[in-house]
Amino acid sequence: MKRANEQKNRTTEINRRSWLSILAKSPLSEIQALWNKLELNPEWELIRKPEIGMVMVQGRTGGNGKAFNLGEVTITRAAVRLKNGNAGLSYVQGRSKKQAELCAVLDAMLQTPASHLQIFDNLITPLKETLEELRAQRSKKAANTKVNFFTMARGH
Amino acid sequence: MYVAVKGGESAIKNSQELLAEERRGDKNVKELTLDQIQNQLSLSLDRVMAEASLYDRELAALAVKQSCGDLVEAIFLLRAYRTTLPRFGTTVPIETANMSIRRRISATFKDLPGGQVLGPSFDYTHRLLDFSLAANGDVPEAMEADGTVDRNMPRVTDLLNNEGLIEEETAEDDNEPFDLTRESLKFPADRPARLQNLARGDEGFLLALAYSTQRGWGRNHPFAGEIRMGELSIEFIPDELGFSIEIGEITITECQMINQFKGSSDIPAQFTRGYGLSFGHNERKTMAMGIVDRALRTRELDEHVQAPAQDEEFVLSHSCNVEASGFVQHLKLPHYVDFQSELVTVRALRGEANIDKTNIVKPISDIAATE
Repeated sequence: MKRANEQKNRTTEINRRSWLSILAKSPLSEIQALWNKLELNPEWELIRKPEIGMVMVQGRTGGNGKAFNLGEVTITRAAVRLKNGNAGLSYVQGRSKKQAELCAVLDAMLQTPASHLQIFDNLITPLKETLEELRAQRSKKAANTKVNFFTMARGH
Repeated sequence: MYVAVKGGESAIKNSQELLAEERRGDKNVKELTLDQIQNQLSLSLDRVMAEASLYDRELAALAVKQSCGDLVEAIFLLRAYRTTLPRFGTTVPIETANMSIRRRISATFKDLPGGQVLGPSFDYTHRLLDFSLAANGDVPEAMEADGTVDRNMPRVTDLLNNEGLIEEETAEDDNEPFDLTRESLKFPADRPARLQNLARGDEGFLLALAYSTQRGWGRNHPFAGEIRMGELSIEFIPDELGFSIEIGEITITECQMINQFKGSSDIPAQFTRGYGLSFGHNERKTMAMGIVDRALRTRELDEHVQAPAQDEEFVLSHSCNVEASGFVQHLKLPHYVDFQSELVTVRALRGEANIDKTNIVKPISDIAATE
């Protein structure tokens, strides 16, 4: 039983990591558009008001050695509680308080079995597809500039 | 010494209004939007974000607009803004081997796993002015290859490392690295402290230092082992979750400089490393950083400090353009009291010497006029 629970927690963790990542990387305009289409009107309270701050990005010497501080990135975070008691949070790059709050609400709803599938299928999945398309397009344009250099024989 | 002055309020206000008008320019010309700056002056933003050491494209665009395109001023503005924000924590160190590559080249190996990807680059342009841009010509869409770039793009230095041909990178450790935004730099500075300083250091300063090593002032024989640019997710572990989540994506440029050998009776000859890393697409900056990083490693590699680029106190104390431009430009502010005291001193000295006025060396212009 304990093992089954652990397994379930792991799965939830992996899923939650994945949707929090997709929400953080998607533009607010797209999240908002998909959200509006769902026409849901959940009620929530703020546990943590949206707050703008920074995180320090670290690199490693030579790419794989000692960590060093590269510089900071702006980040906005928020935490909410739905009427059903489920809490959600968000950490989103940039300074959009609106996105941070909406993402926290979505995180809470995705943890609520009654709303999970609806949000996941109609919001997370299309956002994920858009992100993957963009990434593939960027990569294919880069791949089109792949080069083969030839060395020339010099002198005699 | 600078002694504060009072007054001038209305002149200062008027001067700022005049600046605002100059910034706007001719009102018959459309005003620049932040969107336009973000999209069409992206390399300006990349430099501003790197040297302000704050990644935020929108704010960097605002800083560029506000500073009328003066990038050092824009860096100052963004650096000042970052002091107003709280820090939520530190990311998991980025793993550049996982980068979504948009550009990746090596000047040391022509065939390497994953291949060479030129990406968007000025390198092979002819540097001829393109007048079609002046005519607002439409740009054709860039073509896509059938497939994406190879997922497996090992770092060139890791390949050399597998053969033992390059020195091992310093081992990972759990110590929090030095942070110069929290404590002041002390000498000798360790490599993480030096790299943080160089990463936010002035591109022009680092470029000149790197160039000086190539011309013989602390030569270290660099090769651009690899330059890569692309996007990386940043991961953060919020206390309330206890596991890491991706919180966004940033553009990063990395340069691995491979330098001439170092060996001893115990260790056979190996290449040595210099490392450059920067926010945004900043190739010249990361290359210069890699060369200067290598030059500064004199203690680790048992070298004598013979040139400016190898002197860490000289380099690290003068790399920040916010500090440098502040200290140089403060000379413009009123120094009247200060200068008065200098005047009194110099007059007194001359009085004591009882100088015969006919013996004063004449300015060159006067000499020319009499001759």
